[in-house]
Amino acid sequence: MDDSILLAHGSGGKLSHELVEKKFLPFLANPALNKLDDSAVFEASGRLAFTIDSYVINPIFFPGGDIGKLAVCGTVNDLAMNGARPLYLSLSAIIEEGFLISELEQIVQSIKKAVEEAEVSIIAGDTKVVNRGQADKLFITTSGIGIISPGVDISGANARVGDKVLLSGTIGDHGIVIMSQREGLRFAMTLESDCAPLNKLVSQLLETSSRIHCLRDPTRGGLATTLNELARQSKVGIVVEEAKIPVKEEVKAACELLGLDPIYVANEGKLVAIADPADADKILARMRQNSYGRDAAIIGEVTSEHPGKVVMKTKLGPSRIVDMLSGELLPRIC
Amino acid sequence: MKFIDEYQDNKLAKGLAYKIAKRSTKTIRLMEFCGGHTHAILRYGIRQLVPQTVEMKSGPGCPVCVTATADLDKAIALAHLPDVIITTFGDMIRVPGSYSSLQQVKAEGADVRIVYSTIDAVEIAKSNPGKSVIFIGIGFETTAPTIAASILKAQQEKIENFHVLSLNKLTPPVMKVLLDSGEVKIDGIVCPGHVSVIIGSHPYEFIPTDYGVACVISGFEPLDILLCIDKLVEQIEKGEPKVEIAYPRGVKPEGNRKARQLMEDVFEIGEANWRGIGIVPQSGLKVRGKYERFDADRVFSVNPKPPREPKGCRCGDVIRGAATPVECQLFRKVCTPESPVGPCMVSSEGACAAYYQYGTLENS
Repeated sequence: MDDSILLAHGSGGKLSHELVEKKFLPFLANPALNKLDDSAVFEASGRLAFTIDSYVINPIFFPGGDIGKLAVCGTVNDLAMNGARPLYLSLSAIIEEGFLISELEQIVQSIKKAVEEAEVSIIAGDTKVVNRGQADKLFITTSGIGIISPGVDISGANARVGDKVLLSGTIGDHGIVIMSQREGLRFAMTLESDCAPLNKLVSQLLETSSRIHCLRDPTRGGLATTLNELARQSKVGIVVEEAKIPVKEEVKAACELLGLDPIYVANEGKLVAIADPADADKILARMRQNSYGRDAAIIGEVTSEHPGKVVMKTKLGPSRIVDMLSGELLPRIC
Repeated sequence: MKFIDEYQDNKLAKGLAYKIAKRSTKTIRLMEFCGGHTHAILRYGIRQLVPQTVEMKSGPGCPVCVTATADLDKAIALAHLPDVIITTFGDMIRVPGSYSSLQQVKAEGADVRIVYSTIDAVEIAKSNPGKSVIFIGIGFETTAPTIAASILKAQQEKIENFHVLSLNKLTPPVMKVLLDSGEVKIDGIVCPGHVSVIIGSHPYEFIPTDYGVACVISGFEPLDILLCIDKLVEQIEKGEPKVEIAYPRGVKPEGNRKARQLMEDVFEIGEANWRGIGIVPQSGLKVRGKYERFDADRVFSVNPKPPREPKGCRCGDVIRGAATPVECQLFRKVCTPESPVGPCMVSSEGACAAYYQYGTLENS
């Protein structure tokens, strides 16, 4: 096989088969996928959760992960945020002609690592190759199915007045890492993306407490956008304290430099949990035992005041409204 | 990295706020010139910390906001020329011009690219020798040296297809215009931090001398701003207006000589068209004749249709401090960051965007 992906790899013919059989199957093998039938067949019963997401990221390799890891973790986390135990994923790759096969191998390896860690299987897949310039290197779409245990009812609409708001760790790591790698903005730092599968953390939390009402991962749009979504969906107000929100020193510094607010910067391995106040400390303690929840904190609570709005007590004391992210995050000019 | 938390310390902030409240007896009005200050003031709730005797007004210090519609229309017209790549700082592309926006013409097929630095624009020119690359040069004394440096780089490396549409503006002349107009009575000015890194403190001397208005240069962290307000209140209470630096870790009285030399080598002072203010003589930077081949104004000729301002938009008033964003009828109703009517809602340094993003329960 050549060094780069050719249009012929997407022809459906010999090269297409070779690509799947040599570059994907050996790493992602499982009984359902190995059959290479037109669809995967599996058994499942109970309440299922189903989700899909597309991943287009520049650069595709970044400190702490790559597009492959992101595509697995993102979908796994979307299932977990409804209290579902992720079971199966499907994965579709759109590859730009000329993409290096060595890089594809690297990405498939990282997909393999991520599915192993999350204990899920990719049981269906597809690859397409498009002309140079018609896609930016590699786009990946994953969908996933998970099963929800009886009695578990997690939804963004379930927050209740008096509930505590928990955050599983530092914010802004992923977004700042990606920005630091972008053309024209490159700056050196030791920070890594927080990209991680959170399904095990979630199942530990659900074992610890039956009074977790909402879970959500603050990805694009950051913590501020997620809190706003939850306040709107549940028709409650949320009050958080800026001083309690964990932010790494490097992220703080980069945000100061670029004129950004970390509460709007993306995360890929963090979750917000809203839970009954009686269980909040117990949930926090359990979060901190998991390496992905080491820096967890209780950052605020749910109130009957200002329904649909998020208010933040700033570091200096006064309060202000925190809105969703609008437009794009752009560095300041002056 | 240190030097952030120290300037956001809650106890010190409360101490300073207490000191200001104790000192302040007269009702005074301060203007923060710079959009970065407006942003920080609202983000940290500094208006709620200072006593009611101290009123804060936002000024014109937002590079995107002060760009006149006619100049933006010119940039859009340049984008329509064949074999042209327009390069610009991000916020600019979303500002509505009279008939279109850079974002709109980009979607229609024009080559408009966002850059983070002027040097990136030079690099784009280098790798696209068959195209003319035009950088839309906006900003104050802060960005002007980097734009000057890009022209010098293009000259040294003989990159003949790099051009700058210089819309750069100068801070002290427009302060003079605002003070002369008397439209908004100001007792003190929170002078811009980054601009002053370049120009130093001397160019503001005429303000206390000729107008009796206090001037204190401030950094951008909450404690910097509170310290600046404290010094302003002190000057005003004592009736001893002068220029002070409350940002000594960034600003020296003489400024940055090297950066100014760069500016002076490449640019000459000329008139500039300010949104909401109009043509202000001696307030803009034009490319000097010896660099004329890099001057988009000389190299390209476009004739955009006469400009028209969006109906009901009060960006001009907001820029002059004559209105607050919430006094604009369009604010939050028609004009939002998602569908901005005027530039003050687009730019992250714009007053309307800051009011929108950092509202309090009382004013939203």
